[in-house]
Amino acid sequence: MSRFRVLFKSTAVRLSALYILLFALCAATLVFYVTSMSERLLTGQIRDAVSQEVSQVKHAYEAGGLNLLLRTMERRARQPGANLYVIASPTGQILAGNVASVQPGTFDDQGWTEIPFIYERYADTGAERQHLAIANIFTLDNGLRILIGRDLGEPERFRLLVRQALMLALAIMGVGALVIWFGIGRNALRRIDRMTDASRKIMAGDLSQRLPVGGSGDEFDRMSDSLNTMLERIEKLNEGLRQVSDNIAHDLKTPLTRLRNKAVDALDIDNEERRRSALEGIIAESDQLIRTFNALLMISRVEAGAAAAEMTTINLSAIVADTAELYEPVAEDAGLVLTAEIEPGVEIQGNRELIGQALFNLIDNAIKYAAGGSGKPDVILKLSRTPEGVTLCLADHGAGVPADKREEVVKRFFRLDESRSKPGTGLGLSLVEAVMELHGGRLQLSDTDPESSEARGLTATMIFSPAGKA
Amino acid sequence: MGENMTTGSQPKSDSTDSGCAATPPAANVTHMKILIIEDDLEAAAYLTKAFREVGIVADHASDGESGLFMGSENTYDVMVIDRMLPRRDGLSVIAELRRKAIHTPVLILSALGQVDDRVTGLRAGGDDYLPKPYAFSELLARVEVLGRRKGTPDQDVLYRVGDLELDRLSHEVRRAGKEIVLQPREFRLLEYLMKNAGQVVTRTMLLENVWDYHFDPQTNVIDVHVSRLRGKIERDFNNPLLKTIRGAGYMIKDDG
Repeated sequence: MSRFRVLFKSTAVRLSALYILLFALCAATLVFYVTSMSERLLTGQIRDAVSQEVSQVKHAYEAGGLNLLLRTMERRARQPGANLYVIASPTGQILAGNVASVQPGTFDDQGWTEIPFIYERYADTGAERQHLAIANIFTLDNGLRILIGRDLGEPERFRLLVRQALMLALAIMGVGALVIWFGIGRNALRRIDRMTDASRKIMAGDLSQRLPVGGSGDEFDRMSDSLNTMLERIEKLNEGLRQVSDNIAHDLKTPLTRLRNKAVDALDIDNEERRRSALEGIIAESDQLIRTFNALLMISRVEAGAAAAEMTTINLSAIVADTAELYEPVAEDAGLVLTAEIEPGVEIQGNRELIGQALFNLIDNAIKYAAGGSGKPDVILKLSRTPEGVTLCLADHGAGVPADKREEVVKRFFRLDESRSKPGTGLGLSLVEAVMELHGGRLQLSDTDPESSEARGLTATMIFSPAGKA
Repeated sequence: MGENMTTGSQPKSDSTDSGCAATPPAANVTHMKILIIEDDLEAAAYLTKAFREVGIVADHASDGESGLFMGSENTYDVMVIDRMLPRRDGLSVIAELRRKAIHTPVLILSALGQVDDRVTGLRAGGDDYLPKPYAFSELLARVEVLGRRKGTPDQDVLYRVGDLELDRLSHEVRRAGKEIVLQPREFRLLEYLMKNAGQVVTRTMLLENVWDYHFDPQTNVIDVHVSRLRGKIERDFNNPLLKTIRGAGYMIKDDG
């Protein structure tokens, strides 16, 4: 019962009810119009035929008197499907004709009967005695009344037929409507129920569920499709989030355990000096943890989107020059030579802080991984305008990143095995990539010197696409 | 998570403190009185205690309204205001204080995760901004610098620490009368250190004030520059002025 109510409440059912009502009204109007028109046409034909006979009968009377009139009428009355012919006395008593009786008062008026009258035939038996007819009545100069008329059974039957057809049509429409109600309504409801089921499962936490797609490409499918795309994106983000929190848990457990062990050890140290240095070690360890957290927060802030960061026109040339100056001594201390080739006056829309930090991370990496290697000591920072957009590339001659690992090194906490021994959070490139994405650009990693066997080096290129400018 | 991290980072800073307590800056600021407006009671209790240990008297208010009241009724050297507070948010407290012509330096603490929070905070009338999680040593260094700034508009042309002199107009640096040639950036580094002579300056503060970047440098970039500077100003002298304060940063001071 409640299901029926739900069905009745559905939009499809309401709409189809409305349409059926309108359609029925139109059909009824049309049928009414058609019947009345054809009835009028038929009546007109009957009147024409009767009028013709009247004039013929009058003509016979004028030519041959009463005798010829009687003969003419008798002849005509015998024909099959004949009209009604009556000769009555001035008082209305039937003297001759093919009619047994007429409605009293029919002969009172001359000319066309105003409304159809009732008459009986000689052959009539039982219930079907009374018939309707219209007639023309005229009086001869001797006072006899002549009635020539026609039975209305034919147009009456026609009207009946049309009315029956109409009733049948309406009945079919009604049944059809019910079928459509159930068909469309139940189909829609069933699909919505399936969607509801799927979304319940999703709400319960199973993000791998998808809404059913029928394959017909209708509006339900289109909606399911776009919702599914959304779910896919959510699932991917969720997966990323889960992976990150797993990694965080894993990557933070190790230093936390180490921290705890150091603290426990520090408790047992009696020597003031050594105890102090142990505590300092603990502080350094904690600072590294804070750094990791800050870097993580920073990445998620950047990923949170453009709305969060203020974009202004910034002079990239100046930023790169500043950074090069800042890092030049650091590189030198690491036995490297940082050289900057900067095209002057390059401006982009961006956030100085974020681009600065991304650049810091790249240079940090280059210095960290190229230092003490067998490759050339050059680290080259180059800012230029290219057809692709503004590109900022940093090339080192360190060990490089194997081509198959390039997608992974930008993931949070991913570190190449060789680099695990070096300090770092494993978040540097993730931030660079997030920053580039925020600026509508991208980070591209390639070999600096593909020919070299052990010091292929890494060239990290930040490409600010022209669309990202403005 | 930011909150947890704050409390999480504090115990370590505690030991930093004890490290700092032995060094001069703590003794330097015994007269300072600050107001902390922070709704996290545990963090506030920790901060109050930690400030007290270095000789700074800290009052505490736990919501915006009472913080505004205390800040208006009493005189403080510095106010530390959390951005998200019950009853009245931090930025509105600052705006109201400024409207009442109270120009006490304000340091904003924030756990909000927006890149441009700092700009918003400073625009609202804050003087410095520190995102959570932070190390207590960082907060202390910043509070001390803010506290000193108050009332002494910086119009000195000549900074002097021991026998080291820096002329801000002619950009000349001398030690014991001998001229030392510095790169422009090194000059600004020394200028900032000397402006805050006798106070701990953190690496982040140096990156902010000398290079105008507002993030944790993460690596040793600042140390490299400081050590270069140190090389230039200390090389021929046996009385070191530029000191490294472990776990906190640097300080320029004449102990002699």
